[in-house]
This record gives sequence, structure tokens and C-alpha cells, in this order.
Amino acid sequence: MSAFPHRHLLGIETLTAADLTTILDLGERFLEIATRPIKKVPTLRGKTVINLFLEPSTRTRTSFEIAAKRLSADAINISGAASSTVKGETLLDTARNLDAMSPDVVVIRHSQAGAAQMLAGRVSAGVVNAGDGAHEHPTQALLDCSTIRAHKGKLSGLEVAICGDITHSRVARSNIFALSKLGARVRVAGPRTLLPRGLEAMGATVHDRLEPALEGVDVVMMLRIQKERMGTGLFPNTREYSRYFGLNDRRLALANPDAIVMHPGPINRGVELEPSVADGPRAVILDQVARGVAIRMAVLYLLAGGEAGES
Amino acid sequence: MDFCLRGGRVIDPVRKLDLTADVLVKDGVVARIGAGIAAGVDGSVRVLDVSGCWVMPGLIDLHTHLREPGQEYKEDIATGTRAAAAGGFTAVCAMPNTTPPNDTRAVTELMVRRAAEVGVVRVYPIGAISKGLQGESLAEMGELREAGCVAVSDDGHPVMNSELLRRALEYARTFRLPLVQHCEDLTLSAGGAMNEGVASTRAGIRAQPAAAESSMVARDIELCALTGARYHVAHVSSAESVRLVREAKRRGLPVSCEVTPHHLMLTDDACAHYDTATKCNPPLRTAGDIEALREGLRDGTIDAIATDHAPHSVLEKDVEFEQAAFGMTGLETAVPLMLELVREGTLTPATFVARLSSSPAALFALPGGTLSDGTPADITVIDPEAAWTCERSAFVSRSHNSPFIGRAMRGRPALTLVAGRIAFSEERFRG
Ligand SMILES: [Zn+2]
Repeated sequence: MSAFPHRHLLGIETLTAADLTTILDLGERFLEIATRPIKKVPTLRGKTVINLFLEPSTRTRTSFEIAAKRLSADAINISGAASSTVKGETLLDTARNLDAMSPDVVVIRHSQAGAAQMLAGRVSAGVVNAGDGAHEHPTQALLDCSTIRAHKGKLSGLEVAICGDITHSRVARSNIFALSKLGARVRVAGPRTLLPRGLEAMGATVHDRLEPALEGVDVVMMLRIQKERMGTGLFPNTREYSRYFGLNDRRLALANPDAIVMHPGPINRGVELEPSVADGPRAVILDQVARGVAIRMAVLYLLAGGEAGES
Repeated sequence: MDFCLRGGRVIDPVRKLDLTADVLVKDGVVARIGAGIAAGVDGSVRVLDVSGCWVMPGLIDLHTHLREPGQEYKEDIATGTRAAAAGGFTAVCAMPNTTPPNDTRAVTELMVRRAAEVGVVRVYPIGAISKGLQGESLAEMGELREAGCVAVSDDGHPVMNSELLRRALEYARTFRLPLVQHCEDLTLSAGGAMNEGVASTRAGIRAQPAAAESSMVARDIELCALTGARYHVAHVSSAESVRLVREAKRRGLPVSCEVTPHHLMLTDDACAHYDTATKCNPPLRTAGDIEALREGLRDGTIDAIATDHAPHSVLEKDVEFEQAAFGMTGLETAVPLMLELVREGTLTPATFVARLSSSPAALFALPGGTLSDGTPADITVIDPEAAWTCERSAFVSRSHNSPFIGRAMRGRPALTLVAGRIAFSEERFRG
């Protein structure tokens, strides 16, 4: 029996703490490969990974592509418009076509919640959810946990604040699940218009102002404000948003003195993060990026048939 | 052919009947109900043994989408009425969101004619409230009534403009047409593919709050009070809507409402796995809403059970959840699902018949709803104990978008008579 008993990685919600730790530990070991002069191991030679990005995301796609290549897998990128139906092809058609190419792993990014699960039910490859609508983005949560663990030495018992647009954030959902499963306590904060109902049932404490949420926390995770939320009645403008919900030095002083600042990127400088914070000593944002590759290597390795014990 | 249904449990809430008896059907009408009739009939009467079954006035569905004209690949009047008969319904009211919509006499007449040619149960068209279901100007309700419409509705397209709704209520009242509203404030529900709550937050699916429905129910009740028109809320789904209707009835207003079997049986947790068969509008709500709906059904606040049978093909359903069409089929699963409510005590057998037959008939002033002597023999016979599993292959409807596929069921229709003719029967009753 494999240490990772799943064919797909569709979300964090259905994983156990042991599953998460398996990936985190393996990611730790893959991190070293990036420091070698030749950043490549033959582990997944002959395997095919398809990056199906039907919603644009250069960062995540590149991260998965590098991860696949460092393991010597053949990585193929397929990108599309914001929605597959724009091209007149349904996700079902896409799945059939993909299956005919016999990939070992399909990484999917899609604008609709549930798309990864739908694909997983229809292809024989392992499926990695690289973000489905406002549902989950499991590898982002895993790389966040990896970063926190590296800086704090543990996850259990930590206080973590996730701030910003929780409603539309798959990063927030996956992190609430992951951090809670690993023993951290999660607070979320944002204007009431960006806080969906039922967050308490998911295990988070809810605040509508940043200040109480930041008090005494070990980790501050800021979320990106999407430009397309502007003018939709969820908040008046970026000026007011940054004034009440942006992270500046004054607010950061409420957190523990050794608190770290995270952001999934790309940052709207001056909106959710003041430049002094984004580029300050507490920010671990570039570390998140580096660990993203290692975590994705671990996930591809486990789903393409590797065992956690034999890398 | 004349029939005698022998030895069934005859239930008719209008006549206050609940007894074991024989029912004689002669020349298409109910001739007599009583003990020992079967023993006295001659060879021209076919005797069917329905002992162990319930015999009741034919079920009437106030809310069916037959998709003809315009979307026959989903359903048409032939397949839809066969599905209705298989589900125990002897009459269905057909919603006007066809292509073109039923907003003129010509479309109504087409439906009436097709129903006469190929329909196996009675079809009562519902006309549009507004031209093209656009919510801008009144449809020709006088002509619609004359051509055979029994109510008006823009179902699926709630009338957002309060002034237009006021005039529509007044105008519909002129022609004695009940106005049926799909209550949904479109500005509150915009983009919402399921109920807003814990389940939608977990699933990350854009959602609509229950207040999108109840706030429109509240507005409409005020306009009902202003106009005195007969007003009917389609498919109530939220606890607050039930409370508002209960209060309106207490005020003596001519308000009524219906509920679907799926809103009585499933919560929004059913959407958690992105099964598009669970996507409907109004959306499945919470356990608390279900409790309030069942209480409303018990105390008579909710007058009728209607299916909102909404057939869709795989083209609309085998896609991502938020992109999928709203709606599920319902004609063929209503009886077994509502028998679950009888077994758990929410409904008595008599209220089961009242909510599915007598009340619908009374609300839209339709024939039927009782087994009085001399009335057309629209009769439903159900076997309340038959155990079966709902399977895709068993659907008579052209579409299979049901979340109940795979569910273990108990009870089902055994025989459906329309005007004394067999519209559906189990194997054992086939000649
Ligand atoms: Zn409707």
C-alpha cells in the first residue's frame, strides 16, 4: 500500500493530515534538486504530464512545467480561453481527447468549481487540480504549509490570519482545510461582502476588520484582490480597500514580532500589500514560489506511480 | 371497454371516502363505488384485481415543462404525457416557456391540438403573463383563456417590474385566471447556481440566498392584497416563503402555493459533488427549510405538490455545474417520493391525495380531483408497497436528468386511467 492512497489530487478537503504530511515531507526532499548544478533527476522519465490550463495562469503553469521537467517527465501545455465552451468544445470532449493521448497525469486549471472532479471521473490519468473556480487550489495550500513549516518549524498550534476576498478564493478554502487538519488555528478577515456564509462551519474564526484578526498571529496570508471585482458593489474602490483592508507596517505590528507575511501572487502593490511590507524582511513570498516547484514535483511523483519511500 | 377495479382502498378526500370497495367505470365515467360490485357485473366489464392498492382521483400536476413546441429533443407532448401517465398523473399543466413561448392563442391552440393527437393524459396549457416572457407588456390573456389556458405565468422569468405585476394581477383577475409567479429577485440571485450557505461556501459554487425568493413573495403578497387577484407561488423552497404565505392566508388573501417533491427530499448538500442533476431553480435548500416545507404541507399552508418536471438533455447537463441548465425531471418519481412522506407521518393517505389531486383541481378550476359518480373516470391506482430501484433505463421521459437515479423506492403507480381508458398500466393489468 502506497503512503499516498489517492489516484488524484482534487482538493484538500478529502485528504488526511497524514496525506498532507507525506507530500510536505517529500517536497522537502525535492527542494534540494533546485540547488544542484544540473537540476534534473530521471525519476519520471517516459511519463507524460499534460498541463491543461483553460484559465490563464502563467505562474502556476510554469511551476508545474518546471516540476515535471526536473523529474524528466514530458510536459505538454494545452491552454484555452477562460472557459472551454468559448471554443465550442465541452470539457467532456476535451477529456475524451486527452484520454486518447494516454497521459499519466493531467494538471487542470479551470474557471468552474468541480471541473477537476468532473475530469477525474472521465480520464484514466491521475488528475491534479491546479485551481477550479472558487473551490480549491490544493498545491497552493501545500506550498503555503511547506513555507510556514520551514519558517516556524511546525504548523500545530500556530495562529494564521487569511485576509482579503475569501468568497472568491480557492486559495483560502484549501488553506483553511489544510491548516486546520495540521493543527493550526485559522482566522479569516475581510469586508462582510467578501466573507461567504458558513466559514465557521469550516473551522475558521471570522473577523470583518483586519486589526483583531492580526493580533498575535504567527502568519499573515494576504489574498489578491481581483480587478474584475471592482465596481461590482463588493467594495467601493481600491483606495478605500487598501485603507481598511491593506497590510501596512502599522497593522503588521499587531502580529507577533516574528510573524511572516505570505501572498499567493501576483501582488497588487499598494492595494492588499504596502510595498514596504511586500519587500520587507517578514515577507516570504519568493520562498513560496521556490517551494511551489518542489511541492508540485512531490505531487506529480506520487500520482505518476512513485512511492513516498523511494525517491 | 368498461372496467371494474376490485377490492382496492378507495381514497377521495372530496367525498371523504377511505374504504375498501370496488369502482365501476362505465362509458368513461365513474358509475358507482361500493362493496361487491365486481361480483355482479357481466362479461362486457373487465374486472381488475387491485387489492392491496390505493385507488384515487387522478393526480394533477400544476407545473410541467413539456418542451413542445421548440425543444422536442428534450421532451415533447407525446413522451411527456406518457411519462406523466407512468408517474400516475392524469393531467398536467404545461408551462409557457416553449419556443416560441405560449404567449398567443396560436401557440395555445397548437398545444391543445397536439395533445389531442398524441397526448395520453390531459394537457392544460398555462399562458404567459407578458409578451415573450419579457416582463415588459401584458400578453393577450383574454384570448389565451379562450384558447384553453387555465392560468398565466412567466415561470423561470419572474416579473421584476412591480407596476407590471400589479397590472398583470388586475388583468388576470378580469379573466378569472390565477397568476403563477416564479419568485426570484434576479438582482439577488444573479449568477447563483445553488443555495447560498455552508454547502456553497465549501464547494466554491456561486450561490443565491433564500431571500431572493422570499423577498419577492413578500412584495407579491402586498400586490395581491392591492388587486384581489388569485395569486399562486410556484415551487416554494424556503422557510421564510412558507411563513409569508401562511400569514397571507391568515389575512384572508387569495394566495396559494405549491412545493416540489425534490425540495421536500433533498438538501443543498446534494450539490456538493457537482452532480448537475441536483441543480434546479429555486435551488435545493437546507434541512431547516425542508422541515418548514413539510410543516407547511401538513398544516395546509402549501396547497399542492407539483413536479416542476424539467427535462434536459446531456447537452445541457453533462457540463460544469455552474454552466449546466437548471431543472430535473419529476413526473415519474413524485409518487414514490411522496409515499416516503406518508410513511414518516408528514402526510396521511388522504392529504397525499388532496395535495396531488383535489387541491390542484380546485386551485386552477380544473375538472377532476374527485371520484364522484358521473365524473370522467380519471383514476390513479398505486401499489404503495412495491419495492424497486429508480433506474435510468426505466424512464419514459425523453430526458434522464434526475438526482434520484439509483435510489431505492417503495411504492409506485400501477394503473392510470384517463376518461376510463388505460393510459398506463403495470404488466399485470395488460390485456
Ligand atoms: Zn420556476
